[in-house]
Amino acid sequence: MLSLKEKDRPIVRKLLCAGCCVRCVLRFCCVGTSSAYRRSYQDLHKELLAFISEENSPQSHDASGEEKSSDAPPNKRMRIDEDSVTAAQTDSDICPVCLGVLQDFCDPGFAEQVSDAVKKQQYEFDSLVLTVSLPAQLSVREHSCWLHVKKESMCLGKDDVIQVKDAFKWAVQGKIGQELGAAVVANSPCEVSISFIHPETEEDCHFLYVAVFLSVSQSVFTRMAVVKALEKISEEKFSRCVFSVSCRYNKFSRELPQTPWVIDGERRMDGSVEELIAAPLLSSFRADGFNFSSSGREDVDVRTLGNGRPFAVELLNPHRAKFNRAEIKQLQETINQSSDKIRVRDLQIVTRDATSRMKEGEEEKTKTYSALIWTQKAIESPDLEFLDLRIAQKTPLRVLHRRPLAVRQRLVHSMTTIYLDKHHFTLKLCTQAGTYIKEFVHGDFGRTKPNLCDLMKTDADILELDVESVDIDWPPAIPD
Amino acid sequence: MVDADMEDSEKKAPSVIDRYFTRWYKTDLKGKACEDHCILQHSNRICVITLAESHPILQNGRKIKNINYQISDGCSRLKNKVSGKSKRGGQFLTEFAPLCRITCTDEKEYTIFSCIRGRLLEVNEAILNKPDLLLEKPSTEGYIAVILPKFEESKSVTEGLLTREQYEEVLTKRNQQEEPC
Repeated sequence: MLSLKEKDRPIVRKLLCAGCCVRCVLRFCCVGTSSAYRRSYQDLHKELLAFISEENSPQSHDASGEEKSSDAPPNKRMRIDEDSVTAAQTDSDICPVCLGVLQDFCDPGFAEQVSDAVKKQQYEFDSLVLTVSLPAQLSVREHSCWLHVKKESMCLGKDDVIQVKDAFKWAVQGKIGQELGAAVVANSPCEVSISFIHPETEEDCHFLYVAVFLSVSQSVFTRMAVVKALEKISEEKFSRCVFSVSCRYNKFSRELPQTPWVIDGERRMDGSVEELIAAPLLSSFRADGFNFSSSGREDVDVRTLGNGRPFAVELLNPHRAKFNRAEIKQLQETINQSSDKIRVRDLQIVTRDATSRMKEGEEEKTKTYSALIWTQKAIESPDLEFLDLRIAQKTPLRVLHRRPLAVRQRLVHSMTTIYLDKHHFTLKLCTQAGTYIKEFVHGDFGRTKPNLCDLMKTDADILELDVESVDIDWPPAIPD
Repeated sequence: MVDADMEDSEKKAPSVIDRYFTRWYKTDLKGKACEDHCILQHSNRICVITLAESHPILQNGRKIKNINYQISDGCSRLKNKVSGKSKRGGQFLTEFAPLCRITCTDEKEYTIFSCIRGRLLEVNEAILNKPDLLLEKPSTEGYIAVILPKFEESKSVTEGLLTREQYEEVLTKRNQQEEPC
């Protein structure tokens, strides 16, 4: 008879419904009696079912569900429980936690198989030590199951749960020792080693690659590495896998918005930088959704040249997490081939914290621009040698409908000109982040002071604008 | 694109106002001959109130003596303060709400009106210090005020106003009747 307690009932119910094998259920109920694990599967199953059918008083604190069922006759409840539990078992016979190690492999038949294999080697020994090696992903599944069970039993410490390895040894070592006529001890020159592998679930560990391993250069998922990673990872990060892909983009089109342009449910312009980059990422990583953020943005009619603008795509619940360098490069190529309106570089997976780096220091960063200027007055040699020119910009009229009215002090760090003809020149400028370039040129009804018209004493307008560089050194450059 | 030999070029490409604004007009405000206003409506619904080129202040070399935003004992447009994205605190104006009173050196007085319903965002303080701005650049640096119509009224706010074509017809009719302004 198993020494299960009242408090174990919700745990047993929860795990059986999840399709766990009976020995894993015993482990999570902290059953430490080795003989329990040697009992047959059917035997244990029968007893567990009987256990959860015993209903003395309502268990759950959830009033709404229980009130109804406590009126129902006990027999009806028992049947419902059995059905749901047996249904779970047949849907997928393999235990999701131990992947079957504590199922068929605990039968006497397997112990005999192991013993036969040892006997064939014709060694002579009267004692042996039994070692078991389990696949790394079992640690991940165990961790996951523990988090699941913890909801029923708050004080269940991870160390209280009986380890798969111990349960397995308790189940088989007696039979193996008997078959081989040797004592199973802790130390012996003769070691019988049983290794389990499960290639089908090796990918279980891959999300750890991004969540934890990125900070250490680790690409091999040894069991030790996985165990250490599980110690470090927070419950939140373990349960909801989210990570970001960042890069820098160039925009070569003057008819492409950065984000989808929709007004009153109507699309105003086709396509966007966001969609062109996120779509291939969404499908490669098999993610449910994404969030897009960038270090500033440019207007529809402004090109982004040079190294491009940093941005990040946060992928929600990606089903594929591990990509090696070559695969990332391939993904970058795919995006670049998909459209000539944009180009991306330095594509890489980054930890979630890193995306805030992109936003930090936005005020202090500088940007350089190239603008095509028209002047009403004929000018032979535009003379604009200013350094660190202070300007005050009231919120431009074109954004005033969605921004608060304020005056922004900004610095134009430097300006140089390239003469084109008497009424046109190219203006190159380096400004503090957050400077409205177009308004600096035409003055915005005099609400940016001083502006280019003031400086050159003529009406002036901006015909074209390009972003030449966004001076942030993140994300790190990836050499080709 | 442009004849670079001309000294002052008449730009063929659209100006800032052409690119972003629609010009609307209200003529003979409050029955006063030729007191025409031009409302520049941005594609984002914000409106800039300016003097139309036919307004008396801009004729016959007149000079400005004084611009006063104190329109009554209890109300000064200069005290207008808006805060936040929704521009809370801005004075709500109806079409005939006065924005300011301008006195010229020949003692003629003119009142400039809102012309549209909406929240007052700002009045042009630059013209207080430099009234000539109003004479030299009435459509840009010499603007009078910036008003934000209610979102629901973005389209309807210009219903009582004239288009550029209709305004030009009014001017043509005046010239034919030789009305002095």
